[in-house]
Amino acid sequence: MDNAIEVHQISKSYGKVVALENVDLQVRRGSVMGLLGPNGAGKTTLVRILTTLLRPSSGSATVLGYDVVRHARHLRSYIGLAGQSAAVDDLLTGRENIHMAGRLYHMPKRQVQKRADELLNQFDLVDAADRSVKGYSGGMRRRLDLAASLVANPPMIFLDEPTTGLDPRSRLELWDVIRTLVSEGTTVLLTTQYLEEADQLADQITVIDLGKVIAQGTADELKHQAGSEFIEITVRDTEDTKRAASVLSNYAENNECDIDEENNKTSIMVKDGASIMVQVVRSLDTEDIPVANMAVRQPTLDDVFLAITGRTAEEAATESEQDTN
Amino acid sequence: MTTQIVQPQDSPFREAIGSLLYEFRWLASDTAMMTWRNLMHYRRNPETLASTIAGPVMFLLLFNYVFGGAIGAGRDFNYIDYLVPGILIQNNLFTVMNTGIGIAQDLQKGFVDRYRSLPMARSAVLGGRVCATTLVSFASVYWTLAIALIFGMRFHGGLIPALILPLVVAAFCFAFAWVSALVGVSVRNAETASSSTFFVAIPLTFLSSTFVPIETMPGWLQAFAEVNPITHVVNLCRNLAQGGPLESYAWVTAFWIALMVIGIGSLATWRYRRIS
Repeated sequence: MDNAIEVHQISKSYGKVVALENVDLQVRRGSVMGLLGPNGAGKTTLVRILTTLLRPSSGSATVLGYDVVRHARHLRSYIGLAGQSAAVDDLLTGRENIHMAGRLYHMPKRQVQKRADELLNQFDLVDAADRSVKGYSGGMRRRLDLAASLVANPPMIFLDEPTTGLDPRSRLELWDVIRTLVSEGTTVLLTTQYLEEADQLADQITVIDLGKVIAQGTADELKHQAGSEFIEITVRDTEDTKRAASVLSNYAENNECDIDEENNKTSIMVKDGASIMVQVVRSLDTEDIPVANMAVRQPTLDDVFLAITGRTAEEAATESEQDTN
Repeated sequence: MTTQIVQPQDSPFREAIGSLLYEFRWLASDTAMMTWRNLMHYRRNPETLASTIAGPVMFLLLFNYVFGGAIGAGRDFNYIDYLVPGILIQNNLFTVMNTGIGIAQDLQKGFVDRYRSLPMARSAVLGGRVCATTLVSFASVYWTLAIALIFGMRFHGGLIPALILPLVVAAFCFAFAWVSALVGVSVRNAETASSSTFFVAIPLTFLSSTFVPIETMPGWLQAFAEVNPITHVVNLCRNLAQGGPLESYAWVTAFWIALMVIGIGSLATWRYRRIS
């Protein structure tokens, strides 16, 4: 049993609204699966099914060998869930929150106390441990929520948009925490709408859109699927932008050149960035166009999303919002 | 991580039985944990107890001094003796109506997702709320009686019945808390759950023998008041405090308590399990 998660043809619909359609997914033990998609793509629905909160309409799924419907009760002892809402109790202290979670996992009192100390330490919450959560910052709440879901040392953890709404610093801190978890052998499934986050944390990425899996692979594979690199040239004088663009478009894979006049920037999509860059530089030199900056840029996952779906992640999110309204 | 996991091969039937046994095995400790959590809320937010503490005093003074003269006139009892058992029931019904409000809040805030992903007994989330409000109302019975004694209420029914009285109030409140729990899981909105207090508890307590003898009501209202469980439990409490026949009221009250705990309680738990 190498896979911590096996999902076979899972669908979920609410009346006429289809939230998930024939989703297949495998997650290797000890790896991090990033479930990437815009708002409303069905990420949370899938997590809710895998954490036994929701029954699928059809299909089957096992987590750690347990069927999520038939063995839900057994499964719950081995998973942790940290949700986007940070389900921590405002009126309890940080320590009390962890303690309560531990007791509800049916751990002995002593063991919970010891584990709570460990977690508070690990998550940098020692100073705030005995204050009520009401006064915690957003980042602290997320860390506490994550700590509470880890109290029983679950071999499998689900993180539903763990950093949504956090400031950049708290996000980096949380990323570190997640990396530590992974290094200790925990299998992680995390959902995110941040392409960078999946790139940073996940071994494998599954892109879902409108309830369907549209791409699967490592970050590199997905970028490869987008098939391209970008050459970006910034010229020194604005009047040269058009001339530069006409030079560049000769090398572009699709004969198209994006022009950003405000920043004197032109960019093209190419197959082999480095070798084409050499030619571009030569041509610009021949045309006597002074260059302020040039770069070969790897595609981001945003580009990947655009390449696969023909729209940006943002557009997709707006669409599915309209769908549900 | 080398957690050894043996895949269970239970039949659906065995799984269902297992589920039930599991529920019973952990029900007590999980409910205790959830009760502790909810009592901590009262401790950290004592202002939520304001109406529980001030309510009985206010009602006692209002009814005794404003209406007492009119209602008690020409009768052979001291109105405050008549009034206090009614107040005990009425105020504590208001207190336990907080059960549903709390449950609705938990549902709104997404706590319940956390609880449902834990291996805890399913009914403990509701049970913890029910037990916490019941404990608060139990304490409030003694508080109310202390105030009442200061303002001249006296027991005339003997020591044992007087000691049983708070237990009867608590038992009825425990049962009624499940009604509130059902409201909470059904409406899933704290404001709606809160206004249900008004629509459920006010008519039930006023259209009964809580404040006035029901003989003074028009016939059709008497008919309702006579079947109203509140009338029976209030009369039971009244006779425990003041002496009088207990048995028939006790049976009816026991019936309603059983119905609410078993019937409404299971319905509320069932609805809670089905929330997704």
